[in-house]
Amino acid sequence: MTLLDFARGPALQWSLVVLVLGVAWRLLGILLLKRKPDYSEPRSHTSPAMGAVRTVFTRMWPRKEFQARTAYGSALGYVFHFGLAIVVFLFVPHILFIRDLTGLSWGGLPSGVIYATGVVTLIALIAALIRRFTHPVLRLLSNFDDYFSWIVTTAPVVSGLMAVAHLGARYETLLALHILSVELLFVWFPFGKLMHAILFAVSRGTTGALLTRKGAAT
Amino acid sequence: MSPADINTEHPLETKGPRFGIKKPKARYDKQGEIPDSERVEIAMRSFVRDFGAHVATYMESCIHCGMCAEACHYYVQTGDPRYTPIWKLEPFKQAYKREMSPFAFFYRMLGLKHKVTVEELEEWQELIYDSCTMCGRCTLICPMGIDIAALVSQARHGMFQAGLVPHELWAVAERAEREGSPLGATPKVFKDRIEWLADDHEVEIPVDKEKADVLISMSSIEIMKYPESIVATAKVLNALGENWTIRLDGYEATNFGLLSGNAQWQKDMSMKIVNAAVKCGAKLLILPECGHAYGALRWQGANLYGQPLPFKVMHISEYLAENLNSGKLKVKKVASSVTFHDPCQISRRGGATQAGRDVLKALGVELREMKPTGDLNWCCGGGGGVVTIHRADDLRYKVFEIKMKQVNDTGAEILAMSCSNCRQTFDDGQAHFKWDKTANSLLEMVADNLVEG
Repeated sequence: MTLLDFARGPALQWSLVVLVLGVAWRLLGILLLKRKPDYSEPRSHTSPAMGAVRTVFTRMWPRKEFQARTAYGSALGYVFHFGLAIVVFLFVPHILFIRDLTGLSWGGLPSGVIYATGVVTLIALIAALIRRFTHPVLRLLSNFDDYFSWIVTTAPVVSGLMAVAHLGARYETLLALHILSVELLFVWFPFGKLMHAILFAVSRGTTGALLTRKGAAT
Repeated sequence: MSPADINTEHPLETKGPRFGIKKPKARYDKQGEIPDSERVEIAMRSFVRDFGAHVATYMESCIHCGMCAEACHYYVQTGDPRYTPIWKLEPFKQAYKREMSPFAFFYRMLGLKHKVTVEELEEWQELIYDSCTMCGRCTLICPMGIDIAALVSQARHGMFQAGLVPHELWAVAERAEREGSPLGATPKVFKDRIEWLADDHEVEIPVDKEKADVLISMSSIEIMKYPESIVATAKVLNALGENWTIRLDGYEATNFGLLSGNAQWQKDMSMKIVNAAVKCGAKLLILPECGHAYGALRWQGANLYGQPLPFKVMHISEYLAENLNSGKLKVKKVASSVTFHDPCQISRRGGATQAGRDVLKALGVELREMKPTGDLNWCCGGGGGVVTIHRADDLRYKVFEIKMKQVNDTGAEILAMSCSNCRQTFDDGQAHFKWDKTANSLLEMVADNLVEG
């Protein structure tokens, strides 16, 4: 079995098993905990469920009162999140890979656009890391999870760019390393902060529902 | 430490411009004589007991983006990263991950999260109490929507159980539980004050009516420091022809059980008012100009009661707004410019942001809003029990500078608010900085300008 076969075969299967089971375990471990009933008389006519959904969207961008102080961090976050989404979901080989896995497919963007997006994403990720190292608040808050999650997020971007540029090794080897780096991300996903890709909706929704009941700003 | 010891070692200062206890010597305060290891166990047990789906969701969701720091007056004014709101919960996050999270076994087995130590809890005492008013600005900036203010409130439960509360706050809460008021406004003192005020101002103040439609509660800050509020409340309710009463078995709306973190005391304090309202068959409970009293009863009261309350609960500013908007209450126009300070627990955390503005509109003033205002207004720095903690004074004055700038920038002639705790914080700040702005009660502005008949 070549490294590429291993990456495409058992490594992929097992990483997906860890991903699915891990996500389910962590999510259920939170969602199945007890919830106390709220007997207070709601002020708002908007249902808490509506408030929850609305808050999932409204928290995508800081309120204008906070924008001046958060502009750089928000901009970096936006660039690498959008960049990752474009590269992951709109690069034709990725779409084919997803089609083989799930049967779903859609149109992609020209490769040149994807490469440029990949480079911009990488720059934003590096800037985010530098910010984490240098900003007093981020330096204090950061732990292993933050740095390891950065590594497993950045590794597929770097290995992907190296693979398309045929840089440093045979294409098959680079491709195998690229796939393995994604699988490392799959395996780490349920255990660390990458879970925020799912939890953001639960957390925003929880607060959105609570504050909507009070008729307070969400 | 017994109540007697507390009173001897940290006597309440009731004659000064603000109430509280003279600065204790200890940097980190402890109550009771229990081994440190036990303190930690108790704190963690209490914290774990409080865990539910909400807390777990929040604890799992932080991405360490640090944005909450930018909303916090303590961080903004000092630049000290320790004041980052989510950092104030670090030992509790650690305890959650180690004891309760879905992967707790994993963290314990691999030793990834060490046990919280008493030294950490002592250090965090300042962060949980002295430098957080639970104002909730951080809740509104968090991109993950984590309600950090609510988590701090939960964390205080564990700190209280472990006997790790700042002395002044502990003593004031203990006194409130024991005497029925944190500031000595016992039923007897309150009754005497009411009689004196009723005579002095020639206003009828009904006490202990067996049946009444409206039950009035007061804050001990008002009773002891701003007694005109009692007169103002009476004038408004009499003008509206309400069948109302004050009851000596349930009047104290301040809830130092909530602020200090003693959930049982919080319940005891709230239930006195709830029971008094039930006993007199009140259809409406009016809460005084006190921010946290509103949160304690309007949003938590029914949950402590265990079922929906059989009466409506309104903040006095909501009651005024409703009656002014409907035209039942009439006031003279006030030809002045006014700026309004939003009490965090009433506006941002309570949802009654518009009420104060409706009242000011009825008074016909020129409203000059602060920047930012409403739900995003800055906290005065005295909420969450912080104003009682004397060792936190310097920090509190530092964050109060934001408020002074906000108020000065409006150029308004009058500064109004609907929370006596904010008012006392402003009074203290005014005295400290020799500032030329005096805080005014919204309720008293209405009462002073009532149109009879």
